[in-house]
Amino acid sequence: MSATAVIELDGVLLVTIQGELTDQDAIALQHDLTTQVASVGARGVLIDISALEIVDSFLARTLHDIAGSTSLLAAETVVVGMRPEVAITLVELGLTLPGLRTALSVADGLALFGGSIAAPSEGA
Amino acid sequence: MTIVPTVREVPIRTDMDIVGVRQAVREVAVSVGFSLVDQTKVVTAASELARNTLKHGGGGTAEIELEERADSTALRLVFRDEGPGIGDVELALRDGYSSSGGLGLGLSGARRLADEFDLRTAEGEGTTVTVAFVNRDPAAR
Ligand SMILES: Nc1ncnc2c1ncn2[C@@H]1O[C@H](COP(=O)(O)OP(=O)(O)OP(=O)(O)O)[C@@H](O)[C@H]1O
Ligand SMILES: [Mg+2]
Repeated sequence: MSATAVIELDGVLLVTIQGELTDQDAIALQHDLTTQVASVGARGVLIDISALEIVDSFLARTLHDIAGSTSLLAAETVVVGMRPEVAITLVELGLTLPGLRTALSVADGLALFGGSIAAPSEGA
Repeated sequence: MTIVPTVREVPIRTDMDIVGVRQAVREVAVSVGFSLVDQTKVVTAASELARNTLKHGGGGTAEIELEERADSTALRLVFRDEGPGIGDVELALRDGYSSSGGLGLGLSGARRLADEFDLRTAEGEGTTVTVAFVNRDPAAR
């Protein structure tokens, strides 16, 4: 499956979701990312979902779980590029994803990791 | 304007089929001129209901139908399975209720997204969920 691409950029894993994900793909992504965060000692994970035409409750939960498991490994996950129609639909579905950090673009997301996020950041 | 009954029937047996349902529903929604937001709502609801058919109903089918009405077109999706059925419908429709550790937003969320919603089920008799999305005044597009 080449539905996702992952590259490492200065301690941040940059993940691009390139198309339709099956539930299996989503579960595999969670597993792979968590493993990679540990193996490279990543301080952050940036997931670009701008190619996704929909996010349903299963995928939303998976993104949330990825953020949870990477956070246990001291890496913050930021989801970037959500399409406006996806955001509108998620809210109506009842999913506001509290606790999931988001940014508008990859550049904005990377800026969040700045030079150093080694300093403890409260909660988020 | 022509009246088209069932446009497509898609089997739901594997999680690849959930993707197949999403794609088929998207194509039909585009073909009748749904806006991008409406396409997204229909496809998201379809994804939720197809997954329920697979995971809770043990597989089944999705039918995609178009219905011409006086001044609108309705896109109707019928998800049918012969699984265990739902004993307590009110509970199943409650936001956050899941019998399987899910978020419990699939069924209730799909109902919110749709213009029309119908659930027919009984314990041991399978489940049929119908949702309709109405595209008002498609001619105006
Ligand atoms: N086709 C079906 N057959 C049998 N039970 C069903 C069916 N669809 C839904 N249910 C029941 O209704 C409950 C609520 O469904 P809903 O889709 O809201 O939540 P879920 O599938 O458990 O979680 P998720 O938020 O991931 O969709 C399910 O947990 C299940 O018990
Ligand atoms: Mg569900």
